[in-house]
Amino acid sequence: MKKSHILVLVVIAAAIAIIVSTAGDASTYVDFEQALALSTSGSTKEIHVVGELKKDAHGNIIGIEEGSDRVSFSFIMIDDKGKEQKVFYNQPMPPDFTRSEKVVVVGSYDQDNFKASKILLKCPSKYQDEKKLNV
Amino acid sequence: MHYFVGDLGHLFVITSFITSLVTAFAYYKATTSTSLEKKRLWLQNGKTGFYLHATAVLGICVTLFVIIGNHYFEYHYAYNYSDLKLPTYYLISTFWNGQEGSFMLWMFWQALLGLILIQTNKFWEAPVMTVFAIVQAFLASMILGVVVPGLHSRIGSSPFILLRDAMPEAPIFSAQPEFVPKDGNGLNALLQNYWMVIHPPTLFLGFATTLVPFSFCIAGLWLKKYRDWVRPALPWALFSGAILGLGILMGGYWAYETLTFGGYWNWDPVENAVYVPWLILIAAIHTMITYKNSETALKASVILVISVFVLILYSTFLTRSGILGTASVHSFTDLGLSGQLLIYLLFFLIAATILAIVRWKEIPTTEKEASVYSREFWIFIGAITLCLMGFQVLMPTSIPVWNKIISMLGFNGNFAPPADQVGFYSKFQLWFAVAVGALSGVGQFFWWKKADKQKLKQHLIPPLLVALILFAVVITFGKIYTPSYIVLTLSGIFTVVANAFILISLIRLSPGLSGGAVAHIGVGMMLIGIMFSSGYSKVVSLNNTGRLISEGLSEEFNRDNLFLFINEPRKMWGYEIEYLGERLEPRLHSGYVKKSEVFETGDPDKVVAKINIVAGGKSYAPNDTIQVKGENTYYEIQLRRGKQSYSLYPRAQINLEMGGSAGLVPSPDIYRTVAADLYTHVSTAMKPASEDDWSKLEEVKVNKGQEFFANDYVATVESVERVLTVEGVELSGEDVAVKARIRVQGEHRDYFAEPIFLIKNKLVGRIPDEIKDLGLRLVLMNIHPETNNFTIGIRSRQKDFVVIKALEKPFINVLWIGTLVLMSGFGIAMTRRVREFRKMKEKGQEVV
Repeated sequence: MKKSHILVLVVIAAAIAIIVSTAGDASTYVDFEQALALSTSGSTKEIHVVGELKKDAHGNIIGIEEGSDRVSFSFIMIDDKGKEQKVFYNQPMPPDFTRSEKVVVVGSYDQDNFKASKILLKCPSKYQDEKKLNV
Repeated sequence: MHYFVGDLGHLFVITSFITSLVTAFAYYKATTSTSLEKKRLWLQNGKTGFYLHATAVLGICVTLFVIIGNHYFEYHYAYNYSDLKLPTYYLISTFWNGQEGSFMLWMFWQALLGLILIQTNKFWEAPVMTVFAIVQAFLASMILGVVVPGLHSRIGSSPFILLRDAMPEAPIFSAQPEFVPKDGNGLNALLQNYWMVIHPPTLFLGFATTLVPFSFCIAGLWLKKYRDWVRPALPWALFSGAILGLGILMGGYWAYETLTFGGYWNWDPVENAVYVPWLILIAAIHTMITYKNSETALKASVILVISVFVLILYSTFLTRSGILGTASVHSFTDLGLSGQLLIYLLFFLIAATILAIVRWKEIPTTEKEASVYSREFWIFIGAITLCLMGFQVLMPTSIPVWNKIISMLGFNGNFAPPADQVGFYSKFQLWFAVAVGALSGVGQFFWWKKADKQKLKQHLIPPLLVALILFAVVITFGKIYTPSYIVLTLSGIFTVVANAFILISLIRLSPGLSGGAVAHIGVGMMLIGIMFSSGYSKVVSLNNTGRLISEGLSEEFNRDNLFLFINEPRKMWGYEIEYLGERLEPRLHSGYVKKSEVFETGDPDKVVAKINIVAGGKSYAPNDTIQVKGENTYYEIQLRRGKQSYSLYPRAQINLEMGGSAGLVPSPDIYRTVAADLYTHVSTAMKPASEDDWSKLEEVKVNKGQEFFANDYVATVESVERVLTVEGVELSGEDVAVKARIRVQGEHRDYFAEPIFLIKNKLVGRIPDEIKDLGLRLVLMNIHPETNNFTIGIRSRQKDFVVIKALEKPFINVLWIGTLVLMSGFGIAMTRRVREFRKMKEKGQEVV
């Protein structure tokens, strides 16, 4: 075979390997119910859950509890299907957490508790939530 | 309300848009005109058009600066991104804080580059500037902020809109349309450092420069001058590689210094989106160099140069369109520009691809195959490696895009990026890096020495031997036992040594040719630096107190953090370490002010000195007001070993607003030594104590000068005096206020408390004073003039504490020094190529 053909084959093989590994290591976005099902079926893989913080009728955030050590905290999150779940995060609260429009937690269920190893925030769109002005 | 300024700015934007279209048209006609006279006239039109355009761009920038600099908070841009307290250099950086501003920065750089290109390229001016002008038109459209009648949406987002128009639902504006906020929102804490001033301009200049080789390539294809575009484009490609690379690394260094994840690269989609084009750009530079010595790499160069620019547009799309949404911590707010950004991306992708396809057959290539021992072959392998390296990062980063495409096809696209980003990318990129190291070493020998089997062995063996010896030394002393790290170290050392050999022989020959060798040495150093500092980053704040920080925290947290009570030394990293207390940063000069030595006032940015204070060379007497940056609290951590002592000041901002518990925004401080960085940040600090934390009141009756115990500390009432004013309290002639000055001896130094006893309107009031560091609150309970003694009330709480995490980052300096070496290599190479190009022009061998 011509050298260049060998080269092309090697490159294509590498590219395919890359695509396969990407798909294989990719996580998935699930809701809490699916996450619970995954964990009971024995999967320890960390998954992403998108949701919002629980708010009361006035739009204030409720359900945030400080841990006894005053560092970790837990909060209540509602996923896209409307299911509420208490999430534990054993590090200090990320900045602007309460101002986040949407919250993504990466983690898994441990029995009935959802333990998050990472929290990703989406900052609110400039033109929506900032109704307060420095008067 | 300053209406004119905003309207003027908007006018400048529209002008820049229209002039860029006009310029594009004129240059297009200049390129395609067959008559020389017509060509000259159109060229003139194009030039004039671009000069007008550049003036309009300058106008936009000046106008926005005027709005920001004069604090016109009626404008949303000034309100959202600045406030009255920002010093000038941050006000400048406000300019690119918002997306609109960063588009303007990009336009500005490209306008500047366009002017330079006009001056330096007579032959290529017309086709190159056509492309430039079209790109500028697209950028201008991003900030137009114009609603087209008929279309239900706005084109672009203007930086010049009034706050009133940006937030029409805010109730204040219906009541008071002319309302102007007194102060703005200011700059996010984490953005307040000098990197905010230099990183974005550098990065955006990097983006802008990728347009230059692209324009030359398109021009070459257009005019059917398939070979000639490379020579003028090459120095620009090198410049682009240097500046873009520098911009990216600045971002990494900034993250290292300011954020607390302890690293400089997070494999976040936004980071990856600019890393990939940079890799392809490096590949393109290499094929462009080879092509000049043989024609095989010409087609490759065309593909790669086009890809670089398209990937930059793709990265803009990823970052700004909101498609990354929840996948990135850098998620910028969605301005609704995703449609425009997609059109921008697709336009150039499709146009460039079609042009390349149409001209493909005509591009000269050689038929004979490159021998395995030829320079061209190894450059090719290197370019392919870099492309695969980029591809491996591009695929997972684009997962949100795949999801969108899958859902458009009707399926459920639910992939998320890998949960452990750093681990995932590192495990692949490490091996690519090994290949890059090996190739950049071996490839140089193929390049500079005769390509023949025998001679090659001769040439390669000395550097290989030296490298192996060094490698053995480093592995042993560095204690590197992980196989992948061992291989990476060998690769890094090999390329440094091999290129050093090449460098030595080149310096004798002609130093101007050493750019590649120097750059490769830089790369090798960076690989070694990365390997050590990331692979061997060690937590040194291991909890050696023997007690858990808290049961509620993870095992990892309890193990990796050190709990420090104030003034109680501990051992860490071979040093004695002690937390000395909270500090405040003066606003107007350097140095730190001890929080325990000042009174807080109602204004968080003003404190009053309790005793004589010297900070940063400035002296304050008791009762002087000191202006401070109230949002930042520093924690002085002192390291001592033998006679040496060094203080670190990690910072935190305590945000009290959220739901009861305080959020902490920490920033690290770094102690740099030659062999390693000690990187420290606060994981948690004592929160402002609530009332429950204080003990019950204990009372003692003492005379002036008599020693008593307050929470195990020795205290004395030094003086008791009548005072005529008390802050926050109105005293009339009949009221009496008395202040006691109590000295408390702490572990290292004395502290002072000044509680106040007052009688106002015949009622008794007591104002306690707190010594934060010692956890003491003293109250002047009562005065007994008959017996000349006083009753002092004492309340105590747990001492001030801080929980820190410290990481040792070995040899991270090798990475930063390697960066500088890499940049020098770029500089040397650029100089050489520019000189060559000029010489060719003079000799008439270049198409001028």
